[in-house]
Order: sequence, then C-alpha cells, then structure tokens
Amino acid sequence: MLIEIRNKAFNAWTEVQIYQDSQSFRGQYGAIATFVGSMRDFNEDKKVTGMTLEHYPGMTEKHLEAIAKDAIGKWKLLDVLILHRIGKVKIGEDIVLVVTWSAHRKEAFESCRAIMEQLKSSAPFWKREDIKAGSKWVEKNTPGY
Amino acid sequence: MQITVKYFASLRELVGEAVASLDIDDSVTVNDLWQKILSDHQLEFEQVMMTVNHEYVKPEHELKSGDEVAFFPPVTGG
Repeated sequence: MLIEIRNKAFNAWTEVQIYQDSQSFRGQYGAIATFVGSMRDFNEDKKVTGMTLEHYPGMTEKHLEAIAKDAIGKWKLLDVLILHRIGKVKIGEDIVLVVTWSAHRKEAFESCRAIMEQLKSSAPFWKREDIKAGSKWVEKNTPGY
Repeated sequence: MQITVKYFASLRELVGEAVASLDIDDSVTVNDLWQKILSDHQLEFEQVMMTVNHEYVKPEHELKSGDEVAFFPPVTGG
C-alpha cells in the first residue's frame, strides 16, 4: 500500500507502472481498477485558469491510510495506491490517482469507486480556484452518485 | 487546560490565523469551543467540520488537555 501527498506534478499512468513493477504480486491479481482525477479549465460554467490545493498535514495522510486499509479488508484487495496533489495545480495536470488490485473485477471496481467517494467526502483537502475575477474557494464537491 | 486549535481554508482566512493555543475550562465540548470562537470573532459559519487529534468527532465530544482541535469547511479534494 502506498499513500502519498505530492506537491509537484505527476503522471498517473507512469506512477501506476512504477508502483506495480516495484511490487511482487504479479500473477496474483486478475483485475486492476484505476481512477484519475484531472484539472479542468471550467467549473460551474465559469472559466478556471488554475488551482491551489491545501491539506491538513498529518491528518490527511492518516485519513487516506484508514480509507485504504478499510477497503483492503472489506474487498480482500491485494493492494491500494493513492496519490493526491497539493499546492499550485495547472490545467490538465493530474490531481488524484486511486488504484486497486484484486483477484476479480467486482472487488477492484467497487473498491476503487468507494475509496474515491470517501476521499471526496471526508479527506481534508480544499481547492481554491483561479478565475477571471481573482480566486475563490470551492464550496462543495459535486455528488458522485 | 491548554489545547491547540487549527483552522483551514476559508475559515482560516475569516478567523485571521491558522493556529492558536487556547486555555479552556474543564468539561468543554468541541461545540462549546466552536460557539465561543464564532462569538469571539463575530462570525457566522454554517457548515463546519470538526476534528480532535485528527479524527472526526461529534459536537458533544468533550475536550481534554493537550488536544489538537481543527475546524474547517466541507472538504473539496479529489
């Protein structure tokens, strides 16, 4: 399991490959589910030019680890990888990566979705968007279901 | 007793500080503290999330000496 907060841009697909190659579970998994959240250039019909992401050092990492451990137990996952950006994020950059490895697709799909929804609703991160008129805090996330 | 209070995002900007060390009475709940902060800073803030020592707590959670309390708006990560 790897949970990391990154303050520099990352390529989600490269990160999946690097992490998977560093593990010794090849042959045990039959399914990998991946979610990548990226930076849009619009929100609620407004043009967005950039974003700054803040977190709660110490709590955010612990909270993500607890979410991942719960998912590993509930769906009997082989492994979980979660990366999340903080700091200044440019349009098109990856913000979040969630990957789950399991023997079969049901567990991989369901756990990846559940981890992402829990992250969205409870992991302490806050977005401040750069817009034409300056910048403003994002007040809430859009529902995932 | 001494506790530490942290504020994040829009709430930090409204309060005007990121962290404060406060001396509070015994048997104070996290909601008692929140109401005092609202009153002291003359703030109105409807949707607040509360944690103690990095765990979400209910408003009636009673504080202990040395606790790290945090108040923040709804989270918007991902």
